[in-house]
Amino acid sequence: MEEELMAKKRPIISTGGRGGAADGKRRSLPMPARYVINALLVFVVLAVGELMVDGGAITRYQTSVLQQVGVYIIMAVSLNIATGYLGQLPLGHAGFMSVGAYGCAIFIMRLSEALGIGARDIVAGGPMVALLVFAGVVFGGICAAVAGVIIGIPALRLKGDYLAIITLAFAEIIRVVMLNIDDVLGFELTRGAAGLTGIPSYSNFLNVFLAVAIVCFLVHTMMKSRHGRSILAIRDNEIAAEATGVNTTYYKTLAFVVSAFFAGVAGGLYAGCVGVLQPANFGFMQSIEILVMVVLGGMGSMLGSVLSATVLTILPEALRAFSDYRMIAYAVVLILVMIFRPQGLLGSYDFSLSRVIERVMNRDFPWKKDKGADSGASVEEVSADGR
Amino acid sequence: MADRKKRRPVLVQVETPNLIPERDLGTIPVLQAEHLGIDFGGLTAVDDFNIAMGRTEISGLIGPNGAGKTTIFNLLTNVYKPTRGTVLIDGYDTAGKSVAEVNRMGIARTFQNIRLFSKMTVEENVLVGFGNTMRTHLLADMLRLPSHWRQEAEFHDRALELLDIFDMRKYADTLAGNLPYGAQRRLEILRALATGPKVLLLDEPAAGMNPAETEELMENIQRIRDEFQIAILLIEHDMSLVMGVCEVVGVLDYGKIIAKGTPEQIQNDPRVIEAYLGKQEVK
Amino acid sequence: MDGVALIVSQVLNGLQLGSIYALVALGYTMVYGIILLLNFAHGDIIMAGAYILWIILAQLGLNPVIAMLLAVLGCTLLGVLIDKVAYAPLRNAPRLSVLITAIGVSYFLENGAQLVFGADAKVVPSFAPVSSIQVGGLSLSFVALVTVLVTAASTIVLTFLVQKTKLGKAMRAVSEDMGAARLMGVNVNNTITFTFAVGSALAGIGAVLYVMAYPQATPTMGMMLGTKAFVAAVLGGIGSIPGAVVGAMLVGFAEVFVSAIGLSVWRDAVVFLLLIVVLIVRPTGIFGRTMSEKV
Repeated sequence: MEEELMAKKRPIISTGGRGGAADGKRRSLPMPARYVINALLVFVVLAVGELMVDGGAITRYQTSVLQQVGVYIIMAVSLNIATGYLGQLPLGHAGFMSVGAYGCAIFIMRLSEALGIGARDIVAGGPMVALLVFAGVVFGGICAAVAGVIIGIPALRLKGDYLAIITLAFAEIIRVVMLNIDDVLGFELTRGAAGLTGIPSYSNFLNVFLAVAIVCFLVHTMMKSRHGRSILAIRDNEIAAEATGVNTTYYKTLAFVVSAFFAGVAGGLYAGCVGVLQPANFGFMQSIEILVMVVLGGMGSMLGSVLSATVLTILPEALRAFSDYRMIAYAVVLILVMIFRPQGLLGSYDFSLSRVIERVMNRDFPWKKDKGADSGASVEEVSADGR
Repeated sequence: MADRKKRRPVLVQVETPNLIPERDLGTIPVLQAEHLGIDFGGLTAVDDFNIAMGRTEISGLIGPNGAGKTTIFNLLTNVYKPTRGTVLIDGYDTAGKSVAEVNRMGIARTFQNIRLFSKMTVEENVLVGFGNTMRTHLLADMLRLPSHWRQEAEFHDRALELLDIFDMRKYADTLAGNLPYGAQRRLEILRALATGPKVLLLDEPAAGMNPAETEELMENIQRIRDEFQIAILLIEHDMSLVMGVCEVVGVLDYGKIIAKGTPEQIQNDPRVIEAYLGKQEVK
Repeated sequence: MDGVALIVSQVLNGLQLGSIYALVALGYTMVYGIILLLNFAHGDIIMAGAYILWIILAQLGLNPVIAMLLAVLGCTLLGVLIDKVAYAPLRNAPRLSVLITAIGVSYFLENGAQLVFGADAKVVPSFAPVSSIQVGGLSLSFVALVTVLVTAASTIVLTFLVQKTKLGKAMRAVSEDMGAARLMGVNVNNTITFTFAVGSALAGIGAVLYVMAYPQATPTMGMMLGTKAFVAAVLGGIGSIPGAVVGAMLVGFAEVFVSAIGLSVWRDAVVFLLLIVVLIVRPTGIFGRTMSEKV
């Protein structure tokens, strides 16, 4: 969830000249310590949340909303890979979600039947169930990733708007296929428009938010590696990236497929939350809503994706009383944000707990007038011209 | 990928009627183009361009605007697919290779209009260049296995060392887009060097620089050649730079080489004066 | 004879559907051609046109001719209004921002309509004077014939407008190079607004013809229609007027053909598949111009 700086073997040398950081050396946290701090934080949040859910401090309804929040965080974070980091505009992210949802739900339903695990056993949990759910969610992700390869290879040859429209077309095809595949093949697979019902509720607070933490970690570590840098390089300047030896076709496909994989994971968890799947749930509007989360949060900012996914999932629930007006308000907010802050609410700013701790260690507070030569200063600020 | 078989060295006879590197040509020129040409529609943008560069040679291409200089760079790096002719890098044919593959074969370039990864830091820009030599698997990176840390630490050091060449270590964590103009041009060169080229193509490196900066650039170009032992081909309008640093100069007009030789020869060649100044100026 | 009648009526169906798509696709193509914007809200203008018809015919009970004129006028004004309010402030913004704004506008119109008129379909009273006419022993749908003729006339007028008039010249200049057009004294903003007006007027005509054939109005009716027309525009090469018409006819005929052989549930999938295949073979559509970035 945090933006880490690159591994530094030695302390960052002050750049002098700027801001008069007289002490010369900055203290920084060693890399393992950063991961331990973040892991501890995640553990605490999960434990407290789980205790509250078990103890009944959070109602069942609230828990189900929270699970949806988790699912949409994964959706937004995964779309952000293709949109914010790769700089493309896929309009069919819900298609991958549906592939993952159906894949995971059918996998778990069939396998639990074969293994003799009932719906009650699944809710009760246990190591066997955990393994089953893990396998199912990963299977859903793999199904979506395969769809990502099939779609990505032709789509990524196109640029800009054409890529957007071709992904939209693919997602619509996926929807129609889900709707009619049973009639063609004669199986009972997706059960068409009637919907796939009786999906055991295998998602719960713990596994959804564990998945959120893992996905955020993996996306973060991928982006802060040679692979991630290649993806960002393509976004910033494709021609230069190619001339610098970046295999653009490979990295575009990689970003697209990883994005699809995590969308599939989210879909798998979604199926376990809602219990019923209908192809109509994964239409164009669903894709757009996820895109809106990413854009509102700030493209390329993982924290932005997380926050806006949270707010935009909770807000409609909180505004149920005004449900007639909420979609209009949504549209107006979207237009206003684009007119007044086109780079999104957070731009590409990312929060880093360890950076905050480092600042405290260096007594480098934002309210201090004499700002030290802060390594983050230029990283945090994004120039006003968003893409 | 399919034509990996083709990648064996081809010995070429260097009859080179063209650019004349006398020194250290070796058996194979590091960069050779023969009868290179491209047509856009019916228009011949470049015609019969030939070059054979020695391993540590500094050559220059000059010519009026629109003469096809940048097009030649695009042909050498496969950004444009040549209509005619061949390009060999260290004896390997570049035909059918992608731009990235050609880079990995040993040719790196800068751009006339600066093309940095402007929302990445200076260090990250250089690290993208090192990407060719980094070898960790995606999963090793995602799971932060020890191999990831080792590699990141190694290349962090190498990137800073590279930045030291132009005294840019202080900018390591600055966004490339926020650098001053001159530093951006220097970073582009460093990023190209990070890819480990045998030949470096510089597209108007002195554009927008004042005489003092140009002077410094000249020293730097020579220093890069000496330290990295690579060949450098540059396009430039600034005559003082070309004449001061290049060992061989080719003059391009309407897509054709009209003259070539040492800077002194070029300065006194009537055809060059004509191309630049027009006929009536010839004494 | 029966076979011939069937084929003729199916061809006419294809032409009719293609014509409606063509009118909408022309709007997409013109706006894209001039400011490179995929105007997602364009389909919803048809929806607005359908509701205007419903209000005038079902609620006020006025003359169909007045209803048709007001529908076209209303759509035109709506298109201009959308441009002035939502897109004009973003003339120099990144294209993605404008695209998202367009999505927002589309959202706003659909949900606004739902709020005002409710989610259920409103039935528009039929206003075609006759249902079919006899030509040489064949019974042809009157609405289909009118649709095809009106579309053909609109396309010819539009082509004339773009090729021969001063405003058309300004439009083409702005789409070539906005900065240069401004320096040459073209009022860029007015030209763009005019483009929106023309595109929306065409959408208004499309709305009238669409409602003649399928007499109802729903808040989301513009979405699928718009998406298909947009597919048609991309298929033909977005930015190209003949491209939009050809693409629309392709889409229309593909749909009618797939339905005729009894696979109507796969109709949408076939249209999108057609788009994918065309884009893979010709990445900028049938009549599209390839634009390459200068290195």
